[in-house]
Amino acid sequence: MKQIMAVLTVVATLIGLWYLACIPMNMQGVLVEAERAGAEVAPPDAAARREMGGVSLALRNGFAVPATWAQERPRLPAPHQVAVELWDTTVLKKITSKRSLVYHGWVTLSATLLGFGIGTVLGVLLAVGIVHSRVMDMSVMPWAIVSQTIPIIALAPMIIVVLYSVGVQGIIPKAVISAYLSFFPVVVGMVKGLRSPDAMQLDLLRTYSASKGETFWKLRLPASMPYLFASLKIGIAASLVGAIVGELPTGAVSGLGARLLAGSYYGQTVQIWSALFGAAILAACLVGLLGLIEKTVLKRMGMA
Amino acid sequence: MTLVAFALVLWGFGWWLNTRLAEGPHSDTRAVRLAIPLIFGATVLIVWELVVRGLNVPLVILPAPSLIAARFAGSLPILWADFVQTFVKGALSGYLIGCGAAFLMAVAVDRSDFLRLGLLPVGNFVAALPIVGTAPILVMWFGFDWQSKAAVVVVMVFFPMLVNTVAGLRETTAMQRDLMETYAASYWQSFFKLRLPAAMPFIFNGLKISTTLALIGAIVAEFFGSPTLGMGFRISTSVGQLALDMVWAEIVVAALAGTLFYGLVALIEHHVTFWHPSQRR
Repeated sequence: MKQIMAVLTVVATLIGLWYLACIPMNMQGVLVEAERAGAEVAPPDAAARREMGGVSLALRNGFAVPATWAQERPRLPAPHQVAVELWDTTVLKKITSKRSLVYHGWVTLSATLLGFGIGTVLGVLLAVGIVHSRVMDMSVMPWAIVSQTIPIIALAPMIIVVLYSVGVQGIIPKAVISAYLSFFPVVVGMVKGLRSPDAMQLDLLRTYSASKGETFWKLRLPASMPYLFASLKIGIAASLVGAIVGELPTGAVSGLGARLLAGSYYGQTVQIWSALFGAAILAACLVGLLGLIEKTVLKRMGMA
Repeated sequence: MTLVAFALVLWGFGWWLNTRLAEGPHSDTRAVRLAIPLIFGATVLIVWELVVRGLNVPLVILPAPSLIAARFAGSLPILWADFVQTFVKGALSGYLIGCGAAFLMAVAVDRSDFLRLGLLPVGNFVAALPIVGTAPILVMWFGFDWQSKAAVVVVMVFFPMLVNTVAGLRETTAMQRDLMETYAASYWQSFFKLRLPAAMPFIFNGLKISTTLALIGAIVAEFFGSPTLGMGFRISTSVGQLALDMVWAEIVVAALAGTLFYGLVALIEHHVTFWHPSQRR
């Protein structure tokens, strides 16, 4: 209860700060509009205004403050503007419409999920190989760890163009990037998990004369579940980022990344912010869903 | 075709050599531990070269490593300029500002239980979001030059760093804090002598996660607009010109920068947190 109160306070403070930040950020634009509409603006000279900071302008033009929260194309849209845009583009639009955020979200989500699935399966397979083969462990594992320090996302534009030149386009290139990004966290986490049973437990199974396969299914795999879920949560967040970034360099017309890009080309800040929040909500839902599955699975296994 | 066959044979030989080394009597020595991944890496490179040559894979799909190396060596001034623009100006300055701000914020937050309770879930939540998406907004605010890239990096590294530092500052046990109390230590004395050292493993964890995030942020932000240099700019324009050898050379630079940056932070960690179990040999 106390925690909920604390979280709500922090969120409310953040929103309050956001509203405050809107005033100096948007003041210049608002004053230009107000002058055109014939209002009295404090330094009447436009050039002089451009020299001044947003805060001092706001102090001298108190009347213009409410307008900073209601601009058409603000530099920083106010929270309620983003919320209204989100509501308009998700609930009020038909999902088949090109302007519906649900439609764009689905385009990105489908690539994310496909890539995440591929990346997870491959990652788990490689981890199983690494745990059971000393050669693979010693030759592949160092590279898997090093590759985590590399900004893999820099490869995204190239992957898209290369796949395009061999005739693959649409959802697959984005899914490949997503898979690539979720692959390594899963490998590293799963290797850690499959190795988590201690020597005592492994010895016990040996006294039962369990085979390697039995040890795997009855001890290693169950023991790895907490680690697997921890890395799946990292992996799905990375997958979503991959799918969004994968939409940037091709000039894609649909998807959350395409909304971001189109918004930044045409100065539609409200659209950028709503796409951003759409992506954030999507990420939160995906991570939350995985957390829920984690809780259920671990409970059924008697681990949580 | 012979080249491809040779590549297959070489792959088999490399694997056989590694198997011998890994299962041999000296498999736990340091030299073998170092040699096996190197042999594996070298085999992959040579097989890549042979397959690309043997099958005549066009440049637009996959350039041979030798070609990439030649391009790398041939355009060092360009690569260096890109590196300075993206890494030194964009990523590094953003990294320092973001991690520094997150650290100070964490110290401030740590004094209040209420703030910490509220901020930790929010911070954890934000750390999982696709923050890269703020790049177009920040590019719009701060212009095309490195300042906007640094701003993206600041936003990206802030929350992971904040969450880790706050968690680290909670790491001491009640017993340890009570001991400091019996010494009549002031808040700052017990902060610098007990809680900050105890938080170091967490802080360095945050710093290490942030190294990769910083590079990603700086590179992706350039996709949304940049002056005519920078690693992200070079990658996106070279892809447009189908000059994939240049793209790969740039990726080599990014990989080297990322690995060295991470390695440097890990090295500092090793010296600062030498007492921690994970650092003992």
